[in-house]
Amino acid sequence: MSSPGFTNLNSSVSYSQNSTPNGGAAPPFQNGPAQTYQSMYPPTGCYGAPPQQQSYPTIPAHSTPAPHKAPITNSAHSANYYQSNHQQQQHHHQLPQHHVAPSQYSAPSSSVPPSQPHPTLHSSVPPPSNAQYNQQQHPPYATPGSYYGQQSYHSQQQQQQQQPNLVPAPAGGPGAPLYPIVSYPSAPGSSQYGTLSSSQSTSAPGVPPTQMGAPLHQYSTSRPAPTTAVQPGYSVAPTSQLGPTVNGQGSTVHQHYDQSHQASLSYDSYGRVTHSSGGADADRPPSGTPSTSVHSSPGHHQGVQYGYVANSGASSASATTSGPAAAPLSSSSEDDDDDEEEDEEAGGDTSSSSTGSASPVPNSYDSLEGGNYPDSMPPSNDMTNQAAPYGSYGYPSMEPAYQQGPASHTDSSPSHDLYSQSSYQQYSQPFPNLSQLSAALGGLSGVPELEVEALRPVNLLQERNLLPPRPLEAPEPNLSPDLKKVNCSPHTFRCTLTSIPQTQALLNKARLPLGLLLHPFRDLQQLPVITSNTIVRCRSCRTYINPFVTFLDQRRWKCNLCYRVNDVPDEFMYNPVTRSYGEPHKRPEVQNSTVEFIASSDYMLRPPQPAAYLFVLDVSHNAVEAGYLKYFCELLLDNLDKLPGDTRTRVGFLTFDNTIHFYNLQEGLSQPQMLVVSDIDDVFIPSHDSLMVNLKESKELVKDLLTSLPAMFSQSRETHSALGPALQAAFKLMSPTGGRVTVFQTQLPTLGAGALQSREDPNQRSSTKGVQHLGPATDFYKKLALDCSGQQIGVDLFLLSSQYADLASLSCISKYSAGSIFYYPSFHYIHNPAQLEKFQRDLERYFTRKIGFEAVMRIRCTKGLSIHTFHGNFFVRSTDLLSLANVNPDSAFAVQMSIEDSLADSSLACFQAALLYTSSKGKRRIRVHTLCLPVVNQLSDVYAGADVQAVTCLLANMAIDRSISSSLSDARDALVNAVVDLVSAYKSNVSNLQQSGLVVPAAMRLFPVYILSLLKQKALRTGTSTRLDERVFAMCEFKTQPLQQLMRMVHPDLYRLDNMSDQGALHLNDTVVPQPHLLHLSAERLSRDGAFLMDCGYVFYLWIGKCCSEVFIRDVLGCPNYASIPPNMSHIPELETPLSERVRAFLDWLQDNRAFSSMIHIVKDDASAKATFFQHLVEDRSESASSYYEFLQHIQQQMSK
Amino acid sequence: MMVLLLIIAFDELKTDYKNPIDQCNTLNPTVEKVKKIKRVKIALKLVLPEYLIHFFFCVMFFCAAEWLTLCLNLPLLAYHVWRYMSRPVMSCPGLYDPTTIMNADILAFCQKEGWCKLAFYLLSFFYYLYGMIYVLVSS
Repeated sequence: MSSPGFTNLNSSVSYSQNSTPNGGAAPPFQNGPAQTYQSMYPPTGCYGAPPQQQSYPTIPAHSTPAPHKAPITNSAHSANYYQSNHQQQQHHHQLPQHHVAPSQYSAPSSSVPPSQPHPTLHSSVPPPSNAQYNQQQHPPYATPGSYYGQQSYHSQQQQQQQQPNLVPAPAGGPGAPLYPIVSYPSAPGSSQYGTLSSSQSTSAPGVPPTQMGAPLHQYSTSRPAPTTAVQPGYSVAPTSQLGPTVNGQGSTVHQHYDQSHQASLSYDSYGRVTHSSGGADADRPPSGTPSTSVHSSPGHHQGVQYGYVANSGASSASATTSGPAAAPLSSSSEDDDDDEEEDEEAGGDTSSSSTGSASPVPNSYDSLEGGNYPDSMPPSNDMTNQAAPYGSYGYPSMEPAYQQGPASHTDSSPSHDLYSQSSYQQYSQPFPNLSQLSAALGGLSGVPELEVEALRPVNLLQERNLLPPRPLEAPEPNLSPDLKKVNCSPHTFRCTLTSIPQTQALLNKARLPLGLLLHPFRDLQQLPVITSNTIVRCRSCRTYINPFVTFLDQRRWKCNLCYRVNDVPDEFMYNPVTRSYGEPHKRPEVQNSTVEFIASSDYMLRPPQPAAYLFVLDVSHNAVEAGYLKYFCELLLDNLDKLPGDTRTRVGFLTFDNTIHFYNLQEGLSQPQMLVVSDIDDVFIPSHDSLMVNLKESKELVKDLLTSLPAMFSQSRETHSALGPALQAAFKLMSPTGGRVTVFQTQLPTLGAGALQSREDPNQRSSTKGVQHLGPATDFYKKLALDCSGQQIGVDLFLLSSQYADLASLSCISKYSAGSIFYYPSFHYIHNPAQLEKFQRDLERYFTRKIGFEAVMRIRCTKGLSIHTFHGNFFVRSTDLLSLANVNPDSAFAVQMSIEDSLADSSLACFQAALLYTSSKGKRRIRVHTLCLPVVNQLSDVYAGADVQAVTCLLANMAIDRSISSSLSDARDALVNAVVDLVSAYKSNVSNLQQSGLVVPAAMRLFPVYILSLLKQKALRTGTSTRLDERVFAMCEFKTQPLQQLMRMVHPDLYRLDNMSDQGALHLNDTVVPQPHLLHLSAERLSRDGAFLMDCGYVFYLWIGKCCSEVFIRDVLGCPNYASIPPNMSHIPELETPLSERVRAFLDWLQDNRAFSSMIHIVKDDASAKATFFQHLVEDRSESASSYYEFLQHIQQQMSK
Repeated sequence: MMVLLLIIAFDELKTDYKNPIDQCNTLNPTVEKVKKIKRVKIALKLVLPEYLIHFFFCVMFFCAAEWLTLCLNLPLLAYHVWRYMSRPVMSCPGLYDPTTIMNADILAFCQKEGWCKLAFYLLSFFYYLYGMIYVLVSS
């Protein structure tokens, strides 16, 4: 590869923006001036929740008294928040300034609109924060203050006004994270001291030194809040609603300006894609988010959160992208500077904003980055928000076991004690070692406080509201702001433990799997592309230069993976961005952790192949019956020009039933010629040069063929299918070039090589014993796939079968050739319109998505770590090298890691994934992602950094492997044991509580729910009737879906739509995107008078309760009343009502940045489709699986054994 | 006859342990790939001969009425049979699946198995040598 002998110093380094074609597709939201809907929706609609909060299944039990309904209303929450926040702050700081009588807070909070913008603060924020800093005796931190001010500002105007010297406390949005801005901004360079001392100063006052001590007080004080404040909040709601919007608008412009300025300076990050809906527009690439925070009226919690996310995103993910598309990188040098300033600020911000306290989600960016006192908040959240629900909703009668729960909840004191007790021990240790670390590093900011929240022990048997209000974000590694800002986006590269344990022993003690979840070829909005003669790499381990290397001096850099010192080549001294010489550390490679290199010929084994697509179509009788061919041809015709490729693109077609038909599309023919090969035992290619043709030259013929194809076989009576021979023919046809083979199959292959028998016994579908035949019946497909992989052919399989088609065997063809698998059970073009629509949508995405050919991916990691196992579709060629014949933007990989040597001598662990591929334009490219994580030696730190979603996904992958190699019941046991192990490990090692109950660190509090959901997935469930093919397909999905998609499939997001308010809404462009809260997946959360949206990733279900308000039905669904909703409704009509617009805006926002667009099904309460909806309510008992509570009890039993 | 046995046995164990891990950081992926595939193929090819030869020995010991030796070898024979019966689905003879051999667990197991067998073969080699010399001396 870039051999040392490279002497061409003619450094033509061009640095260009690569806007990924697919990624750029959805720029709908611009950051325009905010337009809020304030008046469009009657306050009552938002706040006045329909009086009947009956939880769904419980017909008789729960007619809730009015006050208890408060929890749904946002205003009540916000009111509560104020109180709690402030009290917390006070307790934390123990600083006179902060001591404001609680009463003062509580009173205004309900009466004063929660969000009065404070325009002056905007620019001149420092005062409040400064005051605080000074107290902390950290004068140097004054500067960052301004940043905080700005940030916090959105959240907290009200307090600001009243208490100018208070660092603003977040205003409350319902259940949304709060940001008690206890700012201890770290000075850019030496942050550790700042934070360290700050944390000490907190503990100094002798209040239980731990931040945890606070909650105790807090509870006692804030306890009244829920009861008292709830009602006032309720009644006050209208005013508080008005307040935010009106004021919000006033200030919006101003803020907006400011923010967008900031945003445009800071590089856009794709890290935030989820939040921003469309970020791709050219003018303001930083995508909606930064400004969304602005727009959302200050009082709204959500705004705050997003603000933070945006900023932290901008700081941490600036790595990934470089400046706005409009501003080419060359000009971004200035931006760089600004950006750095910003980063300092952001750094400060992170440490100051801290706290994720606010969010019960320890995993949100903020909570992890920053630092302080986090844990005090969540309890408050829980209490204020959720205590009431307990009381009011109770548990549905269907689960008697739950009934006892609520009692303890309403009287939440026990749990308080918990917090306060436990907190004391935990927090003593991290400080010293972290500061050591950081001292050693010079870069790591020891921000131990952030871990407090993540570590807060959660007693699962008592705390019932575990879900954060927003979908979980990836936890942010505890790194210095400098590193954080350049670190790889969690969407691309995620580790199960964001703090890497130092030794395998420590890892074993933690009982958590260590692994990476990778989505390397993801559609990126922007990506720095580097053309350079020399690609700078470590000479011993071949690591690409990345932001985490250290420059010893101008001429030498030290590899961060193997620690070898390398020379900086001359060419690298020149920085194309600043056009200056001698600043190697300013090069884009060193500024971005995701970069793409245009590779030289050193990286080619042969000239880059053209894009080549071969479509292998089943045209047997069965296929004609299913009727997919017509739709395939239509869609391909439409998308023929959008197929990724250049002038060399080649296409070919091949159809098969019991014979194989080739199509001669040679340019010059008047019409396509069909060549039939009936000798399926010894397949040969009838003509070598005319079957795969240049798309450009033969386009007319291709179109001809596509138009005539459906009719050609409409009379087919042939029922046999010779898939094996057809694949062999495809292999032979494609061998010279490599490329992509797309196979459409509608039944079990019955002829020739690779013929299969039906192995499924329908009577065993719901067996609770093991499930047989999860593995392949023959290795024909695997061997063929390996041959294909060797010839750089990727095979994608579309299975549209209504009968058993042995996907377990067929899937091997895609698994080992790095293809993708699509399965449409019971596909029929008339009888199953839902599947047809899904097929069409998938196909459209499939045709147009990016593709990389002849790819290999190598994963390197810091010395001492090694790769244990890979999961995904590929062929493992070496211990760290994956061979990917094709790589597509929708498939992800998982990697299990093990720690071979102690990592004690380094404080950072790095992972680098380098994907070398040929683009569809025939360019050889290398996409490099680098992730940097801290190494810790304390078990508590490991737990604090655990990423529960990543852990779940990795465990799911491992469980799939186990169920294939061993048995399904083994795999299920292993999953349950994972929970048991975690709980007992935590109990014995970290929390010194001598108490009963299931206690887990807050970072992992969703772990049991997720595992239970996994056990109820099609792939792993037992006892429920599941077709073998569907089960196998679900397993394939687990292996290849990117994390976020997978998590939505495993644990769907449930929202209530009929009472969405604008509180916390996102303002994107001129659309208001409401942000309803996540609900637990339990029928008790449903109510008959509501409408609930369940986001399962690939499909949305909109469940309409029987007593759903007619307004909603009329305004959103366009039907006069409940009875008139058609049973198979699968779209939301575009009505001009505000409610409809809001619902659609929310849906669009959810859809955004999803590769495959999801369908929506309207599910009526009484419809039979109800079952599909209810099977996703994983916390409830189903016919064969236990409820969440029972599951916890089971865990407890297992533990006591 | 014994000598022949031991030579073959020795050869066998040499071939038995081969490490398919490519530790070196080859610059060129092709070279590496070729090596890799070759190694896997070698591994696939060698397993069966080893089993057959071992089986052949056992038969010979049986014929020669070397009951003690046979007893020593029977467990390994049984293990071989079991191992071959529980191999992954494959149309061709062989034991290792190229797609899973890189899985760290499986690889570690195969390596450990190789070392154990190496030790066993080595011990039996000396035992056979001793037996051969004893026979020679006593005759």
